[in-house]
Amino acid sequence: MSTTFAEKVLASKAGLEQVVPGQIVEISPDTALSHDNAAPIYGIFRKIGVPRFAKPEIVAIVLDHATPAPTTKHAENHRIIREMVKEQGIQHFYDAGEGICHQVLVEKGLSLPGEVVLGSDSHSLHAGVMGAFGAGIGRSEMATVWATGALWLRVPQSMRITVSGRLPEGVTSKDLALRVIGDMGADGALYMSVEWHGEAIEALDLSSRATLPNLMAEMGAKNSYLPPDDKVFDYLDTGGRAQRSYTPLYPDPGAHYAVEVTYDASTIEPMVARPHTVDNVAPLSEVAGTHVDQAFIGTCTNGRLEDLAAAAGVLRGRKVAMGTRLIVIPASREVYLQAMAAGYLQVFVEAGGMVLSPGCGPCMGNHMGAPAVGEVAISTANRNFRGRMGTKESEVYLASPLVVAASAVAGEIVHPHELVDS
Amino acid sequence: MTIRGRVWKYGDSVNTDVIFPGKYTYTVSDPAEMAQYAMEDLDPRFAQEVRPGDIVVGGTNFGCGSSREQAVTCLKIAGVGAIIGKSFARIYYRNCINNALPAIISPEAVDAIRDGEEVEIDLEAGEIRCPAGAFTFPPLPQVAMEMIAAGGLIPHTRKRLGLE
Ligand code: SF4
Repeated sequence: MSTTFAEKVLASKAGLEQVVPGQIVEISPDTALSHDNAAPIYGIFRKIGVPRFAKPEIVAIVLDHATPAPTTKHAENHRIIREMVKEQGIQHFYDAGEGICHQVLVEKGLSLPGEVVLGSDSHSLHAGVMGAFGAGIGRSEMATVWATGALWLRVPQSMRITVSGRLPEGVTSKDLALRVIGDMGADGALYMSVEWHGEAIEALDLSSRATLPNLMAEMGAKNSYLPPDDKVFDYLDTGGRAQRSYTPLYPDPGAHYAVEVTYDASTIEPMVARPHTVDNVAPLSEVAGTHVDQAFIGTCTNGRLEDLAAAAGVLRGRKVAMGTRLIVIPASREVYLQAMAAGYLQVFVEAGGMVLSPGCGPCMGNHMGAPAVGEVAISTANRNFRGRMGTKESEVYLASPLVVAASAVAGEIVHPHELVDS
Repeated sequence: MTIRGRVWKYGDSVNTDVIFPGKYTYTVSDPAEMAQYAMEDLDPRFAQEVRPGDIVVGGTNFGCGSSREQAVTCLKIAGVGAIIGKSFARIYYRNCINNALPAIISPEAVDAIRDGEEVEIDLEAGEIRCPAGAFTFPPLPQVAMEMIAAGGLIPHTRKRLGLE
């Protein structure tokens, strides 16, 4: 029988000939990802009562949510994790400064085609950029994975999004993802495995592709998959990144999809998610002119080299507007080093921006740039829920790095094409 | 396993904030107190009148919003025997099974059941019996049944590891 990617990968992991949507299978993930929440998870793990992790080799821990620690409490949390890492013999440990967990997994070759990545973080779908099955799980569930090496999963129905044509110049995968989320709503892909196909997707570089599965969490999806191609294989193999050999999996022609939609990339325009939900999407033109107090370029959604290159292209030779702050946080140390070598960091600092160390930064309001009461932020992140960046009394708009960079220069929401230099 | 009780019927997209208000997530951890706030912002009668075995019926996307596990445990402690929905938010569904609260998907049953009716659910047979008739649903898979029988994911894990 023809199967979708999710059906294929879960059947293979469960050692079954075939699985159907709705069926529950028990599988052992290839990678089990946690971040700063590894400390509370360790508390639950200890309640289970086994002394050792069943499979420390599948465990990956990346400190990113509040790094470097902003308070003693956070530092204490990190200390507990470092001790646990030593005690349990965890090799895939990346301490503060390495980068955001989803990006680091890709760079370190731990999100691999045909593999299953379970993460105690809701954006673990990100791993789908490499053709992996990435899904978020809860804390008790991660504690169980640590204790037993396995977890139950319900086989999801699948949605197929096919994007033909090419995105116009100045329009990015962020705009495409926001458009889709706006069309389908925050529960548009509830429980589903969302597959992205079509020439527009193939044409994207890996960095731009990663934005798509990352954002599918905001549509309720369980996982999101892009078929791995030579761009993926070259990245993994040429760089010697892959931690192990892997077998890419592809959906069969004729597989059954619960929902199939098509988009023509050439019709996509720059989009913005307005406060306070990600599906509150509007074409940029509708919100243009909104004053912004803070512009933030970074996060697992759009903090990669290509994102910084796009932003630097807008900011080169320009200045951040009076009354607006610009914060730039590369998604990882690798991105930071490359952006430094390419001169992008210089551009940001010369423009009047602040460049901070790799990690999540202010994405969820932990530190490094919280907006004040009544302020408006525009960010390249994936979530703008009320209070997300700290205070409930602030507003967060989401957009592409191009738009965020241009808005920093103008002091109001604008597309780079509309920037007028004085 | 058979669950029998009175139905508390609600609409679509019942979110975790109305099931268990966010303001209590870090302040209330005592189980009995947690049950007191169940459904506070949706149905003030609920916490007072809910009886063991009662069944919550919701529409689509039941439990959307935050991943807070208390939105499941408060209902469980209050005595709710099962939830029937047209669909569940993904993490909420997992939290239900992991906390041994059967979450059953049956759009037909949801349409047929009226608030306040007596309803019976046979988990093994995969059948919901209500005044309008009987509706089948795919029986919960073995793992989920075992987890429910064990009392949730953590006790289930302990059992499987031979710790109890
Ligand atoms: S950057 Fe933001 S969305 Fe991404 S993992 Fe960090 S907190 Fe979560």
